[in-house]
Amino acid sequence: MNGFPILTAIILVPIAGAAVALFAGKHARGVALLTALIGLVLSLVVWMHLPADGSIGMVERAAWAPSLSIEYHLGADGLGGLMLVLSAIVTLMSVDAAHRVHRQPGLYFALVLLLEAGLFGSFTALNFFHWFLFWELSLIPAFFLIKLWGGARRGAAATQFFVYTMAGSVALLVCFLALFVATHSMDFGNLAWLASTGALAAMVNAHLGHVMMWLAVGVLAGFAVKVPLMPLHTWLPAAYAEAPSPVTMLLTGGMSKMGVYGLLRIAVPIFAPQIASMRTPLLVLAVITVVMGAWAAAAQRDLKRVFAYSSVNHLGYCLLGIFALAVPAAGAGAASQAAALNGVILQMFNHGLTAAAIFWFIAMIQERSGGERWIDDFGGLRKPAPVLCGLMGIALFSSLGLPGLNGFVGEFLIFRGVFPLSWISATFSVLGLLVTAVVILTVILKVFNGPLNEKWASFPDLHHGERLALVPVIGLMILLGLVPQLIVNTVNPTVEALLANWRF
Amino acid sequence: MQDEMLLIAPQAASAIAQWLWLIPVAPIVASGIAALLKQPRRQLASSLAIGSLSLSLFLSLIAFGHIVAAWAANAPTREVVNFTWIEVGSQSVDLGWVLDPLSAIMLVMVSFVGLLIFIYSIGYMEHDENFTRFFCFLSLFAGAMLGVVIANSLLLLFMCWEIVGLTSYLLIGFWYHKPSAAAAARKAFVTTRVGDIFFLLGMVWLFAQTGTLLFYNDGEGSLESGALANLLAHPAALGLTAAGAIGLLIFCGAVGKSGQLPLHVWLPDAMEGPTPVSALIHAATMVAAGVYLIARVYPLMQAGAVFHGLAPGSTPALAVVTWVGAITAIFAALIAIAQDDIKRILAYSTVSQLGYMMAGLGMGGVAVGMFHLITHAFFKALLFLGAGSVIHGTHEEQDIRRMGGLKADMPVTFATYTIGMLALCGFPLLFSGFWSKDGILEAAKHWSVTRTPFYLLVFGALLTAFYMTRQVAYVFFGYWRGRRQAHESPRVMTRPLMILAFFSILLGFIGTPAWPWFQKFLSSPAAGAEMRGFHEPGLLLLMTTSSIVVLAGIVLGAWIYGWRSPSPDEPDVLEQSARPIWRVLRGKFFVDEFYGATVIAFFWWWGRVADWLDRRIWGGAVAAVTWMFAAWARLNRFLDTNWVDGAFDKGCDELSSGGGLLSRVQTGRVQTYLRLLALGVILLAVILLWSSRA
Repeated sequence: MNGFPILTAIILVPIAGAAVALFAGKHARGVALLTALIGLVLSLVVWMHLPADGSIGMVERAAWAPSLSIEYHLGADGLGGLMLVLSAIVTLMSVDAAHRVHRQPGLYFALVLLLEAGLFGSFTALNFFHWFLFWELSLIPAFFLIKLWGGARRGAAATQFFVYTMAGSVALLVCFLALFVATHSMDFGNLAWLASTGALAAMVNAHLGHVMMWLAVGVLAGFAVKVPLMPLHTWLPAAYAEAPSPVTMLLTGGMSKMGVYGLLRIAVPIFAPQIASMRTPLLVLAVITVVMGAWAAAAQRDLKRVFAYSSVNHLGYCLLGIFALAVPAAGAGAASQAAALNGVILQMFNHGLTAAAIFWFIAMIQERSGGERWIDDFGGLRKPAPVLCGLMGIALFSSLGLPGLNGFVGEFLIFRGVFPLSWISATFSVLGLLVTAVVILTVILKVFNGPLNEKWASFPDLHHGERLALVPVIGLMILLGLVPQLIVNTVNPTVEALLANWRF
Repeated sequence: MQDEMLLIAPQAASAIAQWLWLIPVAPIVASGIAALLKQPRRQLASSLAIGSLSLSLFLSLIAFGHIVAAWAANAPTREVVNFTWIEVGSQSVDLGWVLDPLSAIMLVMVSFVGLLIFIYSIGYMEHDENFTRFFCFLSLFAGAMLGVVIANSLLLLFMCWEIVGLTSYLLIGFWYHKPSAAAAARKAFVTTRVGDIFFLLGMVWLFAQTGTLLFYNDGEGSLESGALANLLAHPAALGLTAAGAIGLLIFCGAVGKSGQLPLHVWLPDAMEGPTPVSALIHAATMVAAGVYLIARVYPLMQAGAVFHGLAPGSTPALAVVTWVGAITAIFAALIAIAQDDIKRILAYSTVSQLGYMMAGLGMGGVAVGMFHLITHAFFKALLFLGAGSVIHGTHEEQDIRRMGGLKADMPVTFATYTIGMLALCGFPLLFSGFWSKDGILEAAKHWSVTRTPFYLLVFGALLTAFYMTRQVAYVFFGYWRGRRQAHESPRVMTRPLMILAFFSILLGFIGTPAWPWFQKFLSSPAAGAEMRGFHEPGLLLLMTTSSIVVLAGIVLGAWIYGWRSPSPDEPDVLEQSARPIWRVLRGKFFVDEFYGATVIAFFWWWGRVADWLDRRIWGGAVAAVTWMFAAWARLNRFLDTNWVDGAFDKGCDELSSGGGLLSRVQTGRVQTYLRLLALGVILLAVILLWSSRA
């Protein structure tokens, strides 16, 4: 990138936008839209210029506090770059969806942009201290967005969300301080290199005794809360349901990916042997996440809780893929690992896009229904609002994993990779696909189909502005369903680079 | 994108094969355009659909002619075009299409029957407000179905297969405001997906084992000898080889799609859709896709037998196919006897006939099963469209007990329907169903494992003749028992009936023992079925037997139902004589009730368990931990206020109120968090400083 510090720029843009939005009053949404758009353009520029060999490029590195091994160290590869693009898209969608914020719009959009900055920062940081700042930075705006603009039970939901993820963060902090004590390094690349040579475990053992396994557990727990992995997920349904829908879009589209990203960028490279030795219990938890997440969704009556649990289920496939590939493999096994990891990364992007779109549609339904979102209260909406139902139907079928739409590709590759590596967990997990189908078709049955509930006889359909805003999103779902190589082309070299450095 | 789509054509494919993709893509494009049309553009929507499918038919005929010419000239009859879809790791996921006798025949059948049904739909759906949407879905269906047919990759086939399932879902629930239609749509999708998750597992297993999902790829494909040898060398569980296990997993998908036991329950309910949909999707094409799938992966299914020189059809996988097919055939035929809805009778008949096809595939090979598939497609489409014409003409009446005497009011419908009915019964010599069903019986008689399926299928033939005669007697004979007088349907509906009736007779003659053109055309060396001519000992005896059975069924039906015209409220003759049996048949063996009480009840119960676990157990654990923290905090506060001075608190207060903007949130709790955060930062700094000094 000719020396232009684009990764710094991409983080500073939303922060600057937030500062402006704060004082922009009723123009705040416009400012936020513009900022999010610039963020998207910059993230696409990053995406276009990633190194072709899948390594980390656009590195910016400057000493910060050398005595503490704290560095300003940024970089992006296929994984980070894709997450940048996803965060930018989801933020743009979220800002666009939030056109009914009447109370303190300045603060609202400033917080949204700060959250975006947190996402951007944590997807590019390569030094623990630096990364941790952004990891926490994204948490605070999310907390206030739920707390101040949420639904009736927002207080409890926000608290639970905060305390839960804070506990995860504390675990991460403690573990990395321990690593620092042992190695005097906070650099992810350096730590991963030490781990791959086996030196890391030796150093930790020398300084702190046999705690490597506990450190791995702590780091995994920190990320597992964020993803989430059952049973560390109980904050999620309440937070997703009580947050205003545009904020839920950010939570599910962006923040949940921070956890999976953290596993791939931080936990697996540094703790690969420990994860490999815990593989079986982790796989059991992942399968439970996939299956029980879907099943819990089937029991929900609140649209937002249905899709909150459905998100748990979808991210469960990512966890399944990651844990399944944590095993020494060569030859055919390596091909399966590559397939699974490609699938995981595609699933991250596709779930982010699709889930954010679904919550967007829910926001539109809520706007029209005066906040109602119990699936039994609707019925026959196809009659008054065919376009809304048709477009939302596409997003729902993408979530269901229909081939030809984006959701299928990631799931197919994950199963392709997982089956040879752990056929039992793959076999149990396909149940999740079936249950998800029931969940989604039940939503369609109760909300869109059936006799029209007279209450909604004049339910307005999408107006032109909304249709126009949705066209690129739906178009992207179809495009990525038909030509996934658009993403895989860039992701696959990174997958190979990552796998080459992981020593299980 | 151009780079990725680079075509890999090992053996130079002909231009016709290169452009084969146009056949499915044309209707899909038409569907995409129709999706954007406003409802009033009815003419344009139907013209687009019919125009695009005509193009597909035209191209299919050219492709068919091309393959026939190649076959006649003893040239290679299989051309494939493959391309890389995605590259993961060092492996590529390839897709492609194949032109061979199997796909060529299917292409012509699907596009031809589809086109007739499209035309018929103009008349049938004339008054529907969602006419445009109907043709949009119908075109998407046709495109995806043609995609299933030409796929040279299990993955591409699966993708199109699922989209076909989607369109089936959309069209069953086309009248979405009817709760029964909406429920039937969901049931269809979910039930077929039960099969599809096993199909998916079979597919990823095949991919992992052979490294490719292409069927044919110049010796590298998963159905070619190298891959098959590899699969046979790997044992799976239960004494199966990997080939057998994968074959059975794939067969699960076919069981769902083709309405075989135990996943047949969705197909009769699917009759909630408009009748042209029932004819096209749930009789002629989509439900036959399962049969087609097994025909396509036949080398996999019979790999063990071929490699060990055993009789074809004796592998465990094919034995399962046979048994499932034979049991389904008789099971559904029994149910069909006791139904009163004109479309449901045909639906059970379809389930039963699909069972015949599966059994034919299992025992006799590709050609035997496929021949019945093709003839069935024509006469069953004819019967469904005839039923639609009856429903249309009797003002939406579907109960055969409230019809009667329609042979006078609807002569064209009557004549064509009778032809379809005779073809389905397998009436001797003149009708196509006779020849194709005879092929299956013939194979069953020679099956090396056991003769039981043969007896089942012969009995099924008797039942088929009986229930179809009962239906025709109720609908067309006797006197009119309905309310408003019936009328004949418009030409746009009757013309397709005539064409289909013509083919229901004619098609039989391309596969008779005297001139088994169809069988020879489809039989590659791998298919394994040997041809038997009229000189085959026992063949005439078999044909005579089956003719007698069919005639017996018809005579029995006519004797019981033909000379009576019972009033709609009077119990059925069989009900009067054998009440308990009738109840069971009428209740469809209570399979739906059984599933409702077991699988479905478990499903929702388990969902509530998952929810309960979440709220009470996991949530409860968190609540307990929170409570402990709160208790600790209270203790702490007590100590704080009593013993420690308030300096630290004060500092934190300043911190939070200094936030200015955030000071609105003076709930007290937030201060706690900020305090926690501050504590964390201080802790971090202390540890960092300490450790850096060390």
